[in-house]
Amino acid sequence: MPVVRLRAPLSELAGGKREVELDGATVAEVLQALEREHPDTRGWILDEHGAIREHINVFVNKEYGQESTAVSPADRLHVIPAISGG
Amino acid sequence: MTQLLVGTKKGLFVLEGDAGGQFAITSRAFAGEPVEFATRDSRNGRYLACVTSAFYGPKVFYTDDLSAEWQQAAGLELPEDAEKPLERLWTIVPAEEDDHLYAGGAPGVLFESHDAGASWELNKAFWEQPTRPDWSPGAGGMCMHSIATWPGDPKRVALAISAVGVWLTEDGGRTWRHGNKGLYPRYMPEEAREDTIDLCVHNMHRSPTKPERLFIQFHGGVYRSDDAGETWTSIADGLPSDFGFPMVIDPGDPDSAYVIPLVADLDRTTPEGKVRVYETRDAGASWTARGDGLPSEDAYLTILRQAFCGEGSGPSMELYFGATSGDVFGSGDAGKSWFTAATNLPPVHSVRAA
Repeated sequence: MPVVRLRAPLSELAGGKREVELDGATVAEVLQALEREHPDTRGWILDEHGAIREHINVFVNKEYGQESTAVSPADRLHVIPAISGG
Repeated sequence: MTQLLVGTKKGLFVLEGDAGGQFAITSRAFAGEPVEFATRDSRNGRYLACVTSAFYGPKVFYTDDLSAEWQQAAGLELPEDAEKPLERLWTIVPAEEDDHLYAGGAPGVLFESHDAGASWELNKAFWEQPTRPDWSPGAGGMCMHSIATWPGDPKRVALAISAVGVWLTEDGGRTWRHGNKGLYPRYMPEEAREDTIDLCVHNMHRSPTKPERLFIQFHGGVYRSDDAGETWTSIADGLPSDFGFPMVIDPGDPDSAYVIPLVADLDRTTPEGKVRVYETRDAGASWTARGDGLPSEDAYLTILRQAFCGEGSGPSMELYFGATSGDVFGSGDAGKSWFTAATNLPPVHSVRAA
């Protein structure tokens, strides 16, 4: 299954886990699975319309990903605050 | 008497005073408009200001006399086929030849003037960089904020952009290449750090007495280069945080740099509620906190990238910085002690000694 890597404060919302294995074939599906498994993350990465928040970057391995980006079981997703925020 | 040009969210304020005391506001211009940056070209005395009207867009204005009208400069626009218009102008820097100036702006653009700032032309070689479609902005936009000329050699220039790293030219701006080796972006996944060009430089300065030496305040990192920007070495050990925006050097001491650390990218305020400037005089091997006279309790300030400047050199070097709180602080002894120069201004974008 794909692995999602989280940094604080998201890792704290995921029960202190910095890596979470989740099912899903796209970035959106994996992040929705994260919300189901760790409900406290709901609304932090995806907004109420299911879009990745403007100042959050989701990388699939080393490439920028979008909601529709395909994810394979061996992929690692990194959720990182964008430098455009703050 | 020192004259300060303080660009704020609500206009340009000209302050005058002597180091150690309260400065007086002697004039104001562009009332109500964001002034991103203002400077005075010491070669001819001309004042130049970057003004970004929320209604009318970014403009450069100039005047040779603060009591006279400011004139609008011409030519600060992008080609018609550009996806977006010019967003903002972040800096104006005198070049090595008379009446030659550089201006940097967003989205990652370089302009040049050969008539002391009255008219400008886009540097097309930089505008046409083939990787431009992949460039990413920082929080302030894709701003070219630092332009480091090389004293005595007009062909060598270094640029820094948030967030497209360092760029170098040795032919007067006809060709450009990256100068990013050693910069370490923690905000990228580990496996993407080696090759990325998404490098968020916050400020860059070149030593005029040792031009191959440059310093960078990065988006999480402080670096030094001893080879004209080809490679960079971390010098952040000893700082309470390696995050911050502005930087100043003593032009007479190539081993000097001053930074104002903020907590981190997620908390862009002065650490522990204390405002402190950190100084190195050994090229970053060690840092000394300089806070005597600065707020030391319950002070959570943000100092932006153009809001810190120096004037002169050596033990009597003057330093000034402004915060988004509207306070301006100064030192007349190279940072050993500080005084409050002004309070209750609008949020400060830039500070330069005229």
